[in-house]
Amino acid sequence: MKKIIKFVIIDILRNKIVLVYTLFLLITSLSVFNLEDNSAKGLLSLLNLILFIVPLVSIIFSTIYIYNSSEFIELLVSQPLQRKNIWLSLFFGLSGSMVMAFFIGAGIPILIYEPSPTGLMMLAIGCIITVIFVAIAFLTTVNTRDKAKGIGTAILLWLYFALLFDGLVLFILFQFSDYPLEKVVVIISALNPIDLGRILILLRLDVSALMGYTGAVFKDFFGTNMGLIVAFTTLLLWCVIPLGLSVIKFKKKDL
Amino acid sequence: MNLLLRYILFFTFFPAIAGTYHVGKKFGTQTIQQTINQASDGDTILVEPGIYHEKNLLVNKSIVLKGIDFPVLDGESKYEIISIKASYVTIDGFKVIHSGSGTLEDPAGIKIYDSHNVTIINNKLHDTFFGIYTQYGKNCIIKNNTLQSYAVAEQQIGNGIHCWKCDSMQIIGNTISGHRDGIYFEFVTNSVIWRNISTKNIRYGLHFMFSNDDAYITNVFKNNGAGVAVMFTHGVKMFNNLFEENWGDAAYGLLLKEISDSYIEGNRFIRNTSGIFMEGVNRVQMQNNLFKNNGWAMKVQASCMDITVIGNNFISNTFDVGTNGSLVLNTFNSNYWDKYEGYDLNKDKIGDIPFRPVSLFSMILEKMPPAMMLFRSFMVTILDKTEKIIPSITPENLKDDSPLMKALPL
Repeated sequence: MKKIIKFVIIDILRNKIVLVYTLFLLITSLSVFNLEDNSAKGLLSLLNLILFIVPLVSIIFSTIYIYNSSEFIELLVSQPLQRKNIWLSLFFGLSGSMVMAFFIGAGIPILIYEPSPTGLMMLAIGCIITVIFVAIAFLTTVNTRDKAKGIGTAILLWLYFALLFDGLVLFILFQFSDYPLEKVVVIISALNPIDLGRILILLRLDVSALMGYTGAVFKDFFGTNMGLIVAFTTLLLWCVIPLGLSVIKFKKKDL
Repeated sequence: MNLLLRYILFFTFFPAIAGTYHVGKKFGTQTIQQTINQASDGDTILVEPGIYHEKNLLVNKSIVLKGIDFPVLDGESKYEIISIKASYVTIDGFKVIHSGSGTLEDPAGIKIYDSHNVTIINNKLHDTFFGIYTQYGKNCIIKNNTLQSYAVAEQQIGNGIHCWKCDSMQIIGNTISGHRDGIYFEFVTNSVIWRNISTKNIRYGLHFMFSNDDAYITNVFKNNGAGVAVMFTHGVKMFNNLFEENWGDAAYGLLLKEISDSYIEGNRFIRNTSGIFMEGVNRVQMQNNLFKNNGWAMKVQASCMDITVIGNNFISNTFDVGTNGSLVLNTFNSNYWDKYEGYDLNKDKIGDIPFRPVSLFSMILEKMPPAMMLFRSFMVTILDKTEKIIPSITPENLKDDSPLMKALPL
């Protein structure tokens, strides 16, 4: 299993795209911190980047990578190895290198310019979101053989999480605006890892604006240690569930 | 006692000259109350250090009551400590502790009844129900006092400095914390509130109703339960105050309700949930104020009219202006907005395109608070940008036609 992970990571590094991604993150986060006069504001600008670019690159790159290494996977399957192990080592190799890229690209500037609990929270959420979207990519690829269809699905899924979901929420809120939705909104936010991550960070950054009743409900829930544990467990579930489903599917898949 | 006897003799022979009395252990066992009863108008009573259990000390003559090294007047949590029922009284340098409590009689540390020209100066009040209470006072000075109480619930505590139906009051340099309202004015006219510090009160730092033609200048209102409320008043001048860290859904740096013909200038609003909330406000001038790091810098309800907002700085606020309708009868001009993205081609330091301080999302939030969930999401950013180009929901007239390119030096 270790060998496969090592092989995957070396293969990805040779690919250079991840290196470019790291460089891109590094340059943007450094420039964001240098341009804004206070680093909290820099963190805010970086937030949008992390919640937008990171999921996109993670899901698309992983999808394409898995499709491209289908022959390698077939080769591995012919060896006396458990299918589960093959799939998991692929996952760990991919998500490991993506997390590493994020950590070097965005994490180091954050640690230099804003080594506060908020910065650390951002770092943790960026890493988890990377892993989540790699896991979602694994679920999409295992479901379709067709490369074009698979990549298309991945893009649509990203669009859904990054954009459409929020539009839908806005629509629902307008439709049910006569009802008290403050607590429902907390549950809805758990349905999208990007929203959940954003709320967790904003609760630390924009405390003043979040102090409305909804903000108070958020704060009562996510602001406490218990809430934080629940939120991070939810985020972990977002990694584990797609990955688990994909493992089950891969085990039975006719290659 | 000897000395006192001499004083009494002295006064029997020269009754027209004001005398000085001493109260304290070394002058016999006489209480302050007995000494007051002996004194006549214009006398001075000096109180030596010590703890005095006077129950309710009634000051019904025009005297100066001066404490040396803060003698303690203990109300044993049962009595109103000092009741002043005469004019031209000075209370100076006492430590007043543990007043009684009760909402029927409103006992206070020091209470002024129907009097004028009373001076309350340099006292320390500790654990009192009401701190310094004035009713029907005129020309009174409340200066350099420290009031500290330990409020738990609104019903179980009174206000720090409470004035009711007064005129020409001067409230200067007091420090108030832990009361219900730090300073409370109701039906008080022509008065000034200057250089006070009101912090950590459970309701308002300053609560102000039906009090016309007053000024409050250079005060600090920080960390109060609901900030500062000014209501049903005209002719208020608010200069150079600091409104800071008033947190909560119903907390406002400054709540203005039914205010007219007033001036708000040179104030600083920093880290409040809402810097200013305005409802039913007419003809108010706002100039040279600084709004920094607030959730909402200003919430201007559609019921406001003829408010002029000129030359203010809006920096790092989450939302600059919020409103609840499309009708705008107010003027925003020549302010500095850090969110302004326009340009200045002719270099006259005034932006060439108008700035719209109301964002679509703040309008949505006004109608639907749960939408806060989408705060700073990409979707909302897109909607906001589109709305800035073609306003449809946000009020079209609410704009600053000459936004400044650089912040004013405030």
